Amino acid sequence: MVQALKRNEEGKIRFWQGNVACAEGAIAAGCRFFAGYPITPASEIAEHMSIRLPQVGGIFIQVEDEIAAINSIIGASWAGAKSMTATSGPGFSLMQEAIGYAFMTETPCVIVVVQRVGPATGQASKGAQGNVMQARWGTHGDYSAIVLSPNSAQEMYELTIRAFNLSEQYRTPVILLADELSAHIVEPVEIPEKIEIIDRKKPVNLSEPFFGSNDPRGVPPMPELGEGFNVLVTGSTHNEWGYRFTADPQVHHKLITRLYWKIEGKAKEIVDYEIEGNENARIGIVSYGCTSRSVYEALERAKKQGMKIIHLRLKTLWPFPDWIIEEIAERVETIIVPELNLGQLIREVKRAVNGKCRVISITKVGGGELITPNEILEVARRI
Amino acid sequence: MEDHFSVKYLRKECLPTPFCPGCGNGIVMNCFFKAIEELGYRDLRNFVFCSGIGCAAWIPSPHFKADSIHTLHGRAIPVAMGVKLVKPHLKVVVFGGDGDIAGIGLNHLVHAARRNLEITVIMVNNMVYGMTGGQVAPTTPEGARTTTTPYGNIENPLNTAELMVSAGAAYVARWTVCHIFHLKRSIKKALKKEGFSFIEVISQCPTSFGRRIGMRRAIDMIKWFRDNSIPIQKARTMKKEELKGKIIIGEFIDKEADGFCKKIYKLIEKARGGS
Repeated sequence: MVQALKRNEEGKIRFWQGNVACAEGAIAAGCRFFAGYPITPASEIAEHMSIRLPQVGGIFIQVEDEIAAINSIIGASWAGAKSMTATSGPGFSLMQEAIGYAFMTETPCVIVVVQRVGPATGQASKGAQGNVMQARWGTHGDYSAIVLSPNSAQEMYELTIRAFNLSEQYRTPVILLADELSAHIVEPVEIPEKIEIIDRKKPVNLSEPFFGSNDPRGVPPMPELGEGFNVLVTGSTHNEWGYRFTADPQVHHKLITRLYWKIEGKAKEIVDYEIEGNENARIGIVSYGCTSRSVYEALERAKKQGMKIIHLRLKTLWPFPDWIIEEIAERVETIIVPELNLGQLIREVKRAVNGKCRVISITKVGGGELITPNEILEVARRI
Repeated sequence: MEDHFSVKYLRKECLPTPFCPGCGNGIVMNCFFKAIEELGYRDLRNFVFCSGIGCAAWIPSPHFKADSIHTLHGRAIPVAMGVKLVKPHLKVVVFGGDGDIAGIGLNHLVHAARRNLEITVIMVNNMVYGMTGGQVAPTTPEGARTTTTPYGNIENPLNTAELMVSAGAAYVARWTVCHIFHLKRSIKKALKKEGFSFIEVISQCPTSFGRRIGMRRAIDMIKWFRDNSIPIQKARTMKKEELKGKIIIGEFIDKEADGFCKKIYKLIEKARGGS
C-alpha cells in the first residue's frame, strides 16, 4: 500500500480503495488523531492511518474497544486536534452513548461507519444500509445529527473532508455513513488542486461563553485545553459557561433547542444532493450510498427504453431535505426508494411526501447483494 | 480572615461542595492540594482533570479552577488518554470512584496501566455505589449488606491495586483517608512519575454504606480503616487467613519504564524521517 502511494504521488489521480481514500481525505482535512478498534469492513481505514498519521505528525492508536475509541477522540478534540474514528455496526452501537456526549458537549469529531449486515454480528463482510435510523437516533435524548452518505471511493475522500469541515463549523460530531461497497471498491480518485478547510472558531477572551450564545441557533467558540480558559466540560445539562444544572427546565430547554437548531436551522446549507433525469418524469427515485450506483445504470437503460424517471441521490441523509422531496412529490406520481434494508429512509421520504404521491420500497437484505438495475427497472415498469 | 490555602485552586462560586456530611472526598481533595502546593504549583494551569460519573468524579468538576472534563460513566481514562497524547506537556489527572474506575471503566484502567500512559488515576474507594443510593460495587467486602445485596454480598471484592501492578503500572499505592501524610506523599510521587500512576484511597460513605453495616458515623468508619490497615511489608509476612478483612496499605510498586506518550512521539519522529 505504501509503495503504491509513492508511485502515484506525482499525479492528481490516485487509484485507491474507498477506505484508503477516506483516510487520505481525513489527513487532507487536517485530522491528526485517530483511535480505532479492528472491525470488518472498516479496518483498512485504521491500517492506512497507522502508516500515514505518524508521517504527518499525527497520532494513531488502536485501543481496547470502540468505547475507548470514541472517548479518546473526544479528549483529543478538546486538546485541539481534529480527530476521527472508524467502525461498523457493532462498534457504532457501542459508541452511541459517547456520540451523545459529543453532541451534548459540542465536540467536533468524525465517526466513519462502514455499514455491514446486522443486527448483532450479522454478516461481517457483507454490505448493507441498516444503520440509517441509528445514525440519526442512535443515542438517547434530543439532538440533531449531520450524516453524510458517500457512494464511491471519490466521495469517501471528498465527503470525509466535508465531514471534518461541517464538524468544525457546527461544533458537532459528524457521521460518515459509508457502506461496504464504497469502502472496498478500488477506483480512481481525483485529488482537487485546492481543498477548502474549515477550522473551529476559538475564543480570544471571555466575552463569548463556550457553551451558549445569544443566538438561539448559534455555535459558540471552542476553547482548547491547556490555554488557561479553565473550561468546564460536562455531559450533564449545563449553562453557557459549563456549570451543571441537573434539575432546571429552562437551562435544559435553552441548551437542547440550540443544539437542535444550530443544525436544523442550517439544513439548506448542509444538505447536499444530486438530481438527474427527466423533468417531466412521472416516476421518481430517491437513493443514497451504494444503491445509487444501481440506479445510475437503471436510468441509462430506462432512457433507452423511453421511460422518464427523475433520480434524487442524497449525499446527506440528515438533516433530511424535506423541501426537495416535497418538490419532487408534487411533480411525480410515484417515488421509489431502493435500500439495502427492510425500509428505513423510506419512512422519512413518506413523511416528507405527506400523501402528495405514492411511495414504494425496493428492499434487499443479506449476503451483501446489491439491488440490481433490472430489479429497479421492473418495479418502475409495473407502475 | 485569610483564605484556606486550597481556595486558590478552587472555584469559589462552587463552594461549599455538595458532598454529604462525613464524606471522605474533602480529605482526598485536601491531600491533593497539599501535594501540589508542596510541588510548587501556584495554580492549576498545567493540569487537566478528567472524571466520570459518581461522587468522587465531582471532586475536580466543577470545584477545581482548571480545565476539567466531566465524562461519561467509566470513560474518564480514554478521554484523558486523548488529551494527554495531543498535549503531552499537560499533567492529566483522573479522579473517580471504585464503581466508575474499577467497575464500568475497568477495561480502560487495565489498558492504560498496560500502556504505561503518563497519567495519574486517583480512585476513591468507598466500596459502594454511593451516588445512586448504596448498591453493591466490585469492591464491596464479602458479606456486606447493600441496597442490592439485602442478604449480604456473595462476591469477592476486586484488589484493584494488585491488578494495576500486574497490568504494568509504574507507580501504585493504596492508603486510607486516615493516612493523610502518606497519601499526600504518594500523590506527589505519582504526579512526578513519567508513567502510569495509580492511587487507591479507601474512603468512607456513611450515608450510603456505613449506616447499613453498623457504622452510622464517619468516625466509626475511619476508625475501622485505622484499626484494620496493615502495611504491605508486614502483610507480605502474614498468612492469607490472617489478612482476611484487612486493608493492605503502602506502595505496591514504584518503577521506571518508558511511558506511552514518549514512545508515540519517538515513533512519529521515526516515521517523519528523523532518527
